[in-house]
Amino acid sequence: MKLSDIMVNDAIIPELKARTRDDAIRELVEALASAEAIPKKSVPEVIKAVLAREAQATTGIGKGVALPHAKLKGITSPVGTIGRSSEGIDFAALDAKPVYSVILLLSSPDNPDEHLQAMEAIFKHVQRDIFRKFLRQSETRESIVELIQEADELG
Amino acid sequence: MATVRQEVTIINRYGLHARPAMQLVELANRFGSKIELSNGVLTVDAKSIMSVMRLAATQGTVLSLVADGQDAEKAVVAIKKLLDDGFGELDEQGT
Repeated sequence: MKLSDIMVNDAIIPELKARTRDDAIRELVEALASAEAIPKKSVPEVIKAVLAREAQATTGIGKGVALPHAKLKGITSPVGTIGRSSEGIDFAALDAKPVYSVILLLSSPDNPDEHLQAMEAIFKHVQRDIFRKFLRQSETRESIVELIQEADELG
Repeated sequence: MATVRQEVTIINRYGLHARPAMQLVELANRFGSKIELSNGVLTVDAKSIMSVMRLAATQGTVLSLVADGQDAEKAVVAIKKLLDDGFGELDEQGT
């Protein structure tokens, strides 16, 4: 699975308005709905599920990246988006540092293997210093989309 | 110094997803030994969440656990137990 197969380009937010974790999650879920990747009416339920998961353990994995996610009925294949914050957001991350790149992933509860593959596609890129650095520096939606495509091509 | 190898199996339905992966990494970091996990294709540092998630280890996946150092034996026993216990989520329908 490639990152570009999962990410909804029209829902990518190059500069999050949100200054808090919960608002960032809300903004990204709403962007997915605006891009018609998820039904508008599902927005409250999706936000609730992602926040509930976050309450169990932070998805702020360190190095400025957080991966809020949830498994939800109604999601057929993994779908996600990216939000960038130049100021940084407190996700209570493992390294206690602010988060500059928020990657939201929604997947089906009936296909755990596919969820793991989607996560792998994300981590494959995110573990690279250069990818995190470029993502943090990308100021437009187009440059983030391009970055994802280039990273996928490199494999 | 000692090197300890052990095959371990992921038994929980949702596999090595983010939460169990974090538990594993947290546990691995309590030991001084170098600890690696391999799925035969990829060998990763068990102390790094970003690496461990690369395994995309689904239910039933057999991983090779290798620890190298003073507390290698203890590390392998502890990590195997965590996996054998299904990360405490065997009864869960998942989240």
